[in-house]
Amino acid sequence: MGAAGPRWSNALIVAWTAAVVLFLYIPSISGLLASLGASRYFNFPIAKWGLDWWGKTFAESEIRTLLSTSATIALIVTAISVAIAFFGALAFARYDWKGRSIYQKLVLLPIFFPQSVLGLALLLWFTALGIETSWQTAVFAHLIWVVPVATLVISIQVYGFDPALEEAAYDLGATRWQVLKEVTLPVLWPGLFSGALFAFLLSWGNFPLSLFTTGADQTVPEWMYAKMVAGYTPRVPVLGTVSTLGAAILLLGGYGLILLVRRARGGAN
Amino acid sequence: MAALAERSATKPARHGALAALWRPGPRHAIPILLLLLVGFAAPLLAILSFSFAPSRTFDIWHLPTLENYRTIVTETYYGSFLWSLGMATATVAILALVCYPVAYGLSKLFGRWSNLVTLLMVLPLFVSENVRLYGWILFLIKGGVLLGSLKALFGIEAESVLFTPGVIVFGMVYVYLPFMLFPMVLGLSMVPRETTEAARDLGASRWQVFTEVELPLAMPGIVIGALLTFVLAVGAIAEAKVLGGQSVIPISHDIEIAFTYAQNWPLGAALAVLLTLVVGGLVLLVLGRLDLDRILGRR
Repeated sequence: MGAAGPRWSNALIVAWTAAVVLFLYIPSISGLLASLGASRYFNFPIAKWGLDWWGKTFAESEIRTLLSTSATIALIVTAISVAIAFFGALAFARYDWKGRSIYQKLVLLPIFFPQSVLGLALLLWFTALGIETSWQTAVFAHLIWVVPVATLVISIQVYGFDPALEEAAYDLGATRWQVLKEVTLPVLWPGLFSGALFAFLLSWGNFPLSLFTTGADQTVPEWMYAKMVAGYTPRVPVLGTVSTLGAAILLLGGYGLILLVRRARGGAN
Repeated sequence: MAALAERSATKPARHGALAALWRPGPRHAIPILLLLLVGFAAPLLAILSFSFAPSRTFDIWHLPTLENYRTIVTETYYGSFLWSLGMATATVAILALVCYPVAYGLSKLFGRWSNLVTLLMVLPLFVSENVRLYGWILFLIKGGVLLGSLKALFGIEAESVLFTPGVIVFGMVYVYLPFMLFPMVLGLSMVPRETTEAARDLGASRWQVFTEVELPLAMPGIVIGALLTFVLAVGAIAEAKVLGGQSVIPISHDIEIAFTYAQNWPLGAALAVLLTLVVGGLVLLVLGRLDLDRILGRR
């Protein structure tokens, strides 16, 4: 704790932060509670607890299709995003070039744009080109939003990268490929890893872009939305809880992994 | 790629422009710029040309007409615009107050705990917003977690606050909190501790330090957070539909109706163009004044 202010005001800030965290998790907790009720309808306090709906939800082939569609989209989006964003981030933060400041702002534009409008614009564009919308067009739509975010995430790592390292390797006779493999990638990997994590999770959870661009295919958020509007089914809280837990495991696991590798490397040096 | 780079570098005279493009900076920017050209600029042009097509048509090859814009002006769409802009403004104002103490704590007080707190705050971002809003329904609805507990524990019967304009703003505050918080943290971490300490040593009160040192230095981050939140909230659709029932129709919902039930794509496109002009104008105005290297690079 720093000595930034009087003790009571620091305590107030801690309490406020705790309240905000709680506020952020109230819906997830409510969803978890709802998913654990055994009855068809949600009524609190829950009269009978049980995992019945978890079993039922995952036994349905419709839901397995949804999960595999969402996972396929998210994995492809992750792979392509990281590749494009890696180069994008080097241009963003590593090299000094004329037009860079405009480029940085161009890259940010899709982030600062209402996603529902972007989804519609893409739908119109696909229609004008005569492309039938399906999960493949959704991959493209997700990329427009995910690549800029991943570029930003990786850029933050690239800002801390010392170009002298690369130059030293060149001076020692390394080829361009060797420099990339032995110097650039190992130094930047926490950024790339975070970028990949962001890409996967943002694509997995995306609703507004998927809504307009998946055509006949359906992702998990779209399906849940359709069910929410139609009335109550405990399958929605079940899938919602699974999404939350999955994201938590990925994120905490990923963060832990970065810490571990850092510590291991720190020990080796 | 490397070989190609060397070759073009040796012939700068013949391909001056090409060689300039092939220097490391612009070369690495090519993939993402191509992606945004095909996937961002082109769709926006498509929506623009659709907005000039005759009402209820589904391709763009017509003589341009202003019919859709005339419809928008004569009908009551300005109401939806005002609701969207008003709710977004309220969201930004509330979030600025809610997030500032947390951002201050994260950048100045929590030390090694701030990573964990950050992680806890990032996590909800990765769960689809409609799922999280649905969680609020389960919490707030009659017989839900809040009212059900009140009834069981204290015998209090209360009305649900769901399906009102207020709860839509509440939902936006909830969904967009991290988008305000993290830029704010970036902004506040640009305020050097020595500067605030120097100001205090020179006799500045806590309030003076806040208004004359912290706030101005952290402003770029705060402005980015406010802009991001505003833009996302103006285009928000799920909050009004999930939490608000149909009590308010924001502009994004009007656009969706035009594209789905009404089957009037050109009208929807025209509404989207107007929304884009509002948002885009604001974004370009603000982004144009910011130095991103300073905001992102100082770590």
